Amino acid sequence: MLRYIAALFVTAALFFAATPSAESAGELRFCLRGDPKSFNPLLVEDEYSETLLYLTGGVLVRLNRYTQELEGELATKWRVSENGRRIDFELRPNVRFSDGTQFTCEDVAYTMRRLMDPALHAPTADSFRSAPGPVETKCNGPSSVMVRLPAPVASLAARFDQVAMISSRSPKKEAAVLGPFMVTEYKPGVEVLLRRNPNYWKHDANGRQLPYLDSVRLDIQQNRELELLRFRRGELDIVNKLDPEMYDRLSREMPHRVVDAGPSLDWEVVFFNQVASSPLPEYKKAWFRSAEFRRAIWEGVNRDDISRIVYRGHAKPAAGPVSSSNRFWINAALKPPAYSPDAALALLSRDGFHRSGDSLVDRSGHPVEFSMITNAGNKLHERTLAMIQQDLAKLGIHLNVVVLDFPSLIERISRSYNYESVLMAFTNVDLDPSDQMNIWLSSGPNHQWNPGQKTPATPWEAEVDKLMQAQAAAQNIQQRKVYFDKVQQIVAEKAPMLFLVNPDALSAVSSNLKNVTPALLRPQIYWNVERLDTSTKYVSQR
Amino acid sequence: MKRTQVIALIFLCVIALASLFAGFIAPSYSEQFRDFISAPPSARFPLGTDELGRDRFARLLYGTRVSLLLAPAAALLSTFIAALLGGLAAYLGGYWEKAITTGIDLFLSLPWLFLLLAARAMLPLNTSPVTSVILTFLLLGCLGWATPARIIRAGTRTLLNSDFLIHARAAGISPASLFWRHLMPNLRPILLAQFWISVPVFVLSEANLGLLGLGVSEPLPSWGALLRELENYTEILHSPWMLAPVALLVIVVACLQVVLRTEDQIPC
Repeated sequence: MLRYIAALFVTAALFFAATPSAESAGELRFCLRGDPKSFNPLLVEDEYSETLLYLTGGVLVRLNRYTQELEGELATKWRVSENGRRIDFELRPNVRFSDGTQFTCEDVAYTMRRLMDPALHAPTADSFRSAPGPVETKCNGPSSVMVRLPAPVASLAARFDQVAMISSRSPKKEAAVLGPFMVTEYKPGVEVLLRRNPNYWKHDANGRQLPYLDSVRLDIQQNRELELLRFRRGELDIVNKLDPEMYDRLSREMPHRVVDAGPSLDWEVVFFNQVASSPLPEYKKAWFRSAEFRRAIWEGVNRDDISRIVYRGHAKPAAGPVSSSNRFWINAALKPPAYSPDAALALLSRDGFHRSGDSLVDRSGHPVEFSMITNAGNKLHERTLAMIQQDLAKLGIHLNVVVLDFPSLIERISRSYNYESVLMAFTNVDLDPSDQMNIWLSSGPNHQWNPGQKTPATPWEAEVDKLMQAQAAAQNIQQRKVYFDKVQQIVAEKAPMLFLVNPDALSAVSSNLKNVTPALLRPQIYWNVERLDTSTKYVSQR
Repeated sequence: MKRTQVIALIFLCVIALASLFAGFIAPSYSEQFRDFISAPPSARFPLGTDELGRDRFARLLYGTRVSLLLAPAAALLSTFIAALLGGLAAYLGGYWEKAITTGIDLFLSLPWLFLLLAARAMLPLNTSPVTSVILTFLLLGCLGWATPARIIRAGTRTLLNSDFLIHARAAGISPASLFWRHLMPNLRPILLAQFWISVPVFVLSEANLGLLGLGVSEPLPSWGALLRELENYTEILHSPWMLAPVALLVIVVACLQVVLRTEDQIPC
C-alpha cells in the first residue's frame, strides 16, 4: 500500500512540475554573437561583457536610455563641486548584494580603488584619469561617500553609469551583484544563464519587487540567419542590431515585431590619409590635405541615395559627429551638405583641379585616382563603396575599391599608414562629447586621419584642441555646448572625416515581451530590463 | 560528332558570342539605375536589377566573359602543374617520388587561408579591377594543383604497370618517347576530369575569396560575385531570376563536358 501511495506522490509531483502555472518563471531569451571576454564588471571592454554588465551591474547613477536624463540608482542624490573634481553621493539605504551582503560606502571606496588600480588596466578607469595623481574616495558617514579626482572631468556624474559596484566584503567577490540579474551558469560557446537577483532593491509602483522576469538566457550564436530563424520560431524574444536587409525581410513577415528606433549614435565615415610620414606620393598627400578636395568629395557623394538604397531608408544622412538622436549636443544649425556634383567640381576647380576628357587632373597633370579600403564581409560597406565609386566617376575621379580583412585594414590605418582613404563605421555609446576626446584631440590615438600628433598639424586642429579641452574643463553645460557647437562647425567646414550616414537602430521584439519601450541608446530594447515581462512562461529548462 | 555534342557546342557558341558581344547586347554592367533597385524582369532589364539598380543581365554577360575565360585558364594552369609533378613523381619513382609526394602533402597541409590573407595584404591597393581578377585566378591556378597531382600520380602508377607499357619498355623505347607518346595520351581522361572538376571549383573559390578581399573588385562582375548574392536565400523565393548565374554555370560546365567527352578508358 505504501508503495502505491509513494508512486501516487511521485506521479503528482511530476505532473505539477511539468504543467505551466501562473507562478512559473518568465524568461527573456536573446543571442550574444560571441562569448563574453570577462565576467569581472571592472574589466569590461567587449560588447558581450557589456551586455552582462548592464543586466547584472548595480550603478550609482544610470543614464535613462529613453529620456537621456541621469537618474539615481544606488545613489539617491549627488552633487558635483570643486569645478568638476569632486562628487558627493548620498547612498540608498538597505541595499544588499545578491548574496545578502550589505551595500555600504566602503563598497564604493573599494570599487573606486580597484577600478583605478594601474595593475588592473580597467578600460573604464581612463574616463576618470583626467590628470596624473590618485583618485581619493572617502566615506563621510554610513550612507555618504565622496570621490575626488586629480583634475576636473566633464559630466562627472554620467561617468558612473559605467561603474558597477562590487562588494568589499562578500566571499563571492565580483559574482555578488547589485543589478536585477546575476550570472548562474555559463557554458562557453553555448549560453549564459542569468537568474533574478533575490535582493534587488527596486520595486514597482505597486510595491512589487523587480525584476518581473525570473531569468535571462543569452544564447551564444554567431550566425545571424539562424538567429532570425529562431526568432521566427518563437525561440527568441529579441534580435538586436538587425541589418536593414534582415529588418525588411522580417517586417514583411512580422510587421508588428520589428522596431526602428531611429538614427543611432553610430557613424559611417570616410577619411583620407593625412599622415606626413605615410608612403604616399607627395601629390596625393597634397590632395588629401586640401580641405577643398575633401569637402568636394563630401558634396560629390549622394548620401541620400546611400541611405535610401544601401540602408533601405533605415539611415539618416549625417551632418557631423553628433547624431540627430543626440538631442542636446547636436549643432542644429549644421545641415548635411546637399549632393551637388556641380558644387563639388567648383570646389575642385578652386583648388587647381580641372577636367581633361573624362578624367579629373590636378594642377600638375596627375589624374585623380585613389583607392578606398573597407572591411571584407560587410555588405553594407561594399555597396556604399560601389555607390561612391559611381558618384565620383561623375566628377572624373577614378576610385579603386578594395576590401581587406579587418586586421589588415587596422594594420594599414593605425601602424603602416599605407592607405589612401577608408570607409569605416564608428560606434558611439555615450551622448557626451568628452567620449570623443580621443578622436578630436590632435594628439589622440583615434584622430584617425593623422593620429598622435606632437603639435597640431594645422591651425584648425589647434583650434579644435583648445575647444575640446575647454568643453571638458567647463562645468556649465550650456558653455560646454557652445564650445562643442564650434567644434562641429569647424569639422563640417574642414571635413577631416566625411560623415555619410547615421544608421538606424533596428531590432525585432517578440509579441510575448511586455513593457518594451524602444530607446535610441544602447541597449535599445532591454534598457529597462527589470520592468520587462513575458506572457510566455517557460517551465522546463533545456 | 554526336548530336548531343553538336547541341552542346551550339549552346557554348551562343553563350561565348553573347558574352563577347555583351557591349552591344547590354551596354553597361556598372551603371546604377538608382530608381530601379531590385526591379523584377522587364523588357529593359531582362533579369531585373540588383540591389544597387544594376542590370543583372548585363552583369551576367560580362561576368560570363570574365569567368569563362579565367576559370578555365586557372584550371588549365593547375592541371598542367599537377600533371607535370604527379606524372613525374610516378614516372621517376624512388627518391623523386618520395620528395614530390612529401611536397604535395606539405602543400596540402599549409594554412592557405592565412597565406591568402598575407598575399592580399602584400598586393598594392591601387590595382584595377581587371588586374585584380587576373591576379585572383592566377593565385587559384597556382594553389589548386596539389589534390589533382595526387590523383594523377596514382593514375600514372597504374599505367606504368600496364601490359602495353611493359611491352613498350621491353621493346627498348626511349624514356622520353615512353612518357610523351604512351603515357601522357593515356592520362588524358584523368587530366580532362581534373580540368572539368576544377572549373566550377575555381568559380566558387573566387566567390569565397571575395570575403577575404581577394575576389574580383567592384564594379567588375564575375560568376563568383553574382553567386554571392545567393547568400540571401529567402530573397531567392521572391526573386527566382537571381538563380540565372547558377543555371548558366551548370549549363556551361555540362556543355563543355559533353563536347569534350572522350571514349578513352584508363587501361588497367
